[in-house]
Amino acid sequence: MKPIRTVTSKTVVLPVDNVDTDQIIPARFLTITTKEGLGENLFADWRRAPDFVLNRAEAKGAQVLVAGENFGCGSSREHAPWALVGFGFRAVVSRSIADIFKGNAVKNGLVPVEVPDDVHRALLDHPGWVVTVDLEKKVLVLPDGREVGFPIDGFARHCLLHGIDPLDFLREQEEKIRAYEASA
Amino acid sequence: MTEGTPINAVGPHPHGSRSARAPLGLRTPLTLFEKLWRRHLVVPGTDEHPPVVYIDLHLIHEVTSPQAFSELEARGLPVRRPERTAATMDHSTPTVLDEKGRPRFFNRETEDQVSTLRRNCEKFGIPLYALGDARQGIVHVIGPELGLTRPGMTIVCGDSHTSTHGAFGAWAFGIGTTEVGHVLATQCLLQSKPKTFEVRVDGKLGPGVTAKDLILAIIRKIGVDGGVGHVIEYTGSAIETLSMEERMTVANMSIEGGARAGLIAPDETTFQYLEGRPHSPQGEDWDNAVSDWKSLPTDPGASFDRTASLDASTFEPMITYGTNPGMSVGIGEAIPANANEKALRYMGVNAGERLLGKPVDVVFIGSCTNSRMSDLRLAASVMKGRRVAKGVRALVVPGSQEVKRLASAEGLDRIFLEAGAEWREPGCSMCIAMNGDQLSPGELAISTSNRNFEGRQGKGGRTILASPLTAAAAAVTGKITDARTLLE
Repeated sequence: MKPIRTVTSKTVVLPVDNVDTDQIIPARFLTITTKEGLGENLFADWRRAPDFVLNRAEAKGAQVLVAGENFGCGSSREHAPWALVGFGFRAVVSRSIADIFKGNAVKNGLVPVEVPDDVHRALLDHPGWVVTVDLEKKVLVLPDGREVGFPIDGFARHCLLHGIDPLDFLREQEEKIRAYEASA
Repeated sequence: MTEGTPINAVGPHPHGSRSARAPLGLRTPLTLFEKLWRRHLVVPGTDEHPPVVYIDLHLIHEVTSPQAFSELEARGLPVRRPERTAATMDHSTPTVLDEKGRPRFFNRETEDQVSTLRRNCEKFGIPLYALGDARQGIVHVIGPELGLTRPGMTIVCGDSHTSTHGAFGAWAFGIGTTEVGHVLATQCLLQSKPKTFEVRVDGKLGPGVTAKDLILAIIRKIGVDGGVGHVIEYTGSAIETLSMEERMTVANMSIEGGARAGLIAPDETTFQYLEGRPHSPQGEDWDNAVSDWKSLPTDPGASFDRTASLDASTFEPMITYGTNPGMSVGIGEAIPANANEKALRYMGVNAGERLLGKPVDVVFIGSCTNSRMSDLRLAASVMKGRRVAKGVRALVVPGSQEVKRLASAEGLDRIFLEAGAEWREPGCSMCIAMNGDQLSPGELAISTSNRNFEGRQGKGGRTILASPLTAAAAAVTGKITDARTLLE
């Protein structure tokens, strides 16, 4: 995984709460055995509407998705972040992001950014704002220069910043895992 | 290892020695979750990294595992504890057979996915309950059925309904494919400690009100994000009196309330269910296991980060009207005035409308939520001696080969078939609609599954979630019906 320090991009706004992973990538696209090619089916059913936000010209090249609260709820399918990253997104901003999705996102170079309600509302109201997700400083930088802190698991941040695979860390714990198994 | 090899190495009480034992009176009261957490902590969290927890049982299936196996292959890693891993085929498998009795796959991709799992299990030595095996079925149905699921365990699977196994007092949660790889390679996961949420349900469910109605009522109250960041523990007399299968229905839908895991304390009901199962401990091991399991329930005086309480005697049969499981009403109740407009538009319903009497196209009875014997018995109690209404397609999909066998032995299959319903092979089927069992655009289904998301049961399809009783009542009347009016 390539290290990520900052993502600067215009936003695409999807003002819908409780976007579930079945919408992000419908189950009929889960029959693959690789991770590739899912970007073109991102929000496949919603994209059938010609005016859906991802079909519009202004969505082209955007790397930051701003969505309603509880984004990514439902199924644990990691195909959801694979599809978002495949499409070109590098960060998802919401007031709240579902647990399993958040865990899957950080493992695929997609930064989950949870911001306070007022900031969330401002972002929803201003599609196309150019923002910076600064992972080093754990802030979202708004167009007026205001820096809004966001929480992110320290280890996940470390892995994203340095392109580290957490599996390497887990494998380094082998001795402790063995000791645990022996004591059980 | 060949398919169907029994899993013996998962110990009866893997980490019994780790339970917090201190002189009586000095012990801090602990929740069930806290006890499970302490038993499975391999490396405590630091400023540098989250805690590392041990996974006792890893369940896998064909849809969320191939990329994890590819990662292991790319790194040249073995599966660390194949005997703590069990695989089955369920999500994309056909529920229909061809004229020679072979599975009739929906398309090439689903067939490839199933063969990929078979190859991976052979290569890595993982026990596989494959299509054709008498133990095959929906992963969350066969785990408990085989006695692989037991109190005190940590259980994961690349599937969000892994929360089902929490009904046994096991910490069970869904993970993504990268984490499937982590568990295959190390038998461990990096896990931040979740908060605890007690959902207390006292009072008695009325006649014709089921465990499915109970969990839908809970989700309506706490919301689809109510449990985010928390492990729910369901407590109270209404939970204690549920059977194991009913408890599984409740724990199953914890994720629909945003909680990755839902727990129910193990008790005599749990022990009775598990005794004599193929992988349950036996003899002295059984006695030791039970005595250890008895130490698991939340201690009196232990505190939760959050609590909510509900009165089961006020619950009605529940139905959803919208596009997430929190958008529900009692069966005779009007859709709320402030209901989400996008959801109403998708469903083709209106605020203030009552759904009783609304015609349905499809009835689906199945899924890891409601495909066990007690669910099929409920459905059969309504369908017995009646016919599926004209123009309605009714599918009954047992949760496992074992459920299918038991149901047939009891004559339930005949009740469904004589009513004009389809009686299928086990699998996830129309709950996730990957195998060709799906709605056509615009069709309205009443379904015993767990998700009414847009298109969940097929592109453009619309789903009303309900209990097996309510679904069966709709099958025979052709419209949303209060099953209590059909019960003697």
